[in-house]
Amino acid sequence: MTPTWLSVEEVFLVAAALFVVLAIAMFYRAVKGPTTQDRLLAVNVLGTNTVVILALLAAGLDEPWFLDVALIYALLNFLMAVAISKFTVERGGVL
Amino acid sequence: MAEEIRFWAIMVLIGLGLFFTFVSAVGVIRLPDVYSRAHTASQTDTLGAGMALAAVALALGWQNATIYTVLLLFFVFITNPTAAHAIVRSASESGIDPWTPETDADAGVGDPDTEGAPEQYDESDDGGASR
Repeated sequence: MTPTWLSVEEVFLVAAALFVVLAIAMFYRAVKGPTTQDRLLAVNVLGTNTVVILALLAAGLDEPWFLDVALIYALLNFLMAVAISKFTVERGGVL
Repeated sequence: MAEEIRFWAIMVLIGLGLFFTFVSAVGVIRLPDVYSRAHTASQTDTLGAGMALAAVALALGWQNATIYTVLLLFFVFITNPTAAHAIVRSASESGIDPWTPETDADAGVGDPDTEGAPEQYDESDDGGASR
């Protein structure tokens, strides 16, 4: 049965907070990663987590326009990953 | 009845999404080189994000915002492995060697974080500028 003390919106907000914790853990690899590609991968995973956090907040706070921001952010995240990986190859590993 | 099923489906999807994203975070932090990190980032992180977005789409119900969420889900499913592939291709063309158990034996100490860093810079310039 559906518990009365637990609403879906609160679950979404708590899940968004836990996703924020997991995204902050990515900063360890983004700071420490020995190669440029390690940092780029960590920032890419962090961007994916940001998209999920924005979608969870859109459902939890009942503000559907957050999803527009999430869509644009996912597009920019993908373009950033592809562009920086091409630049690092063409400039010999130094950006 | 239908409301109950929808509630628990949302709970299960959120829990699985958090679990897979946690596995992805542990893998990106703990695995030894950029290739294995890209492996866990492209698989488990895509699955975790997809499940969390599916929970959001299920909670929103029939409205316009659900279409945005489903579009976002498909976009993440397509672009996340593509971005990981581009990053790994760039690492391969920069001359980073994959980790093997012998590299730890050669280094003597088990510090995987310094592995693969020097090879990136002493590579000559013909390694990928022409592609």
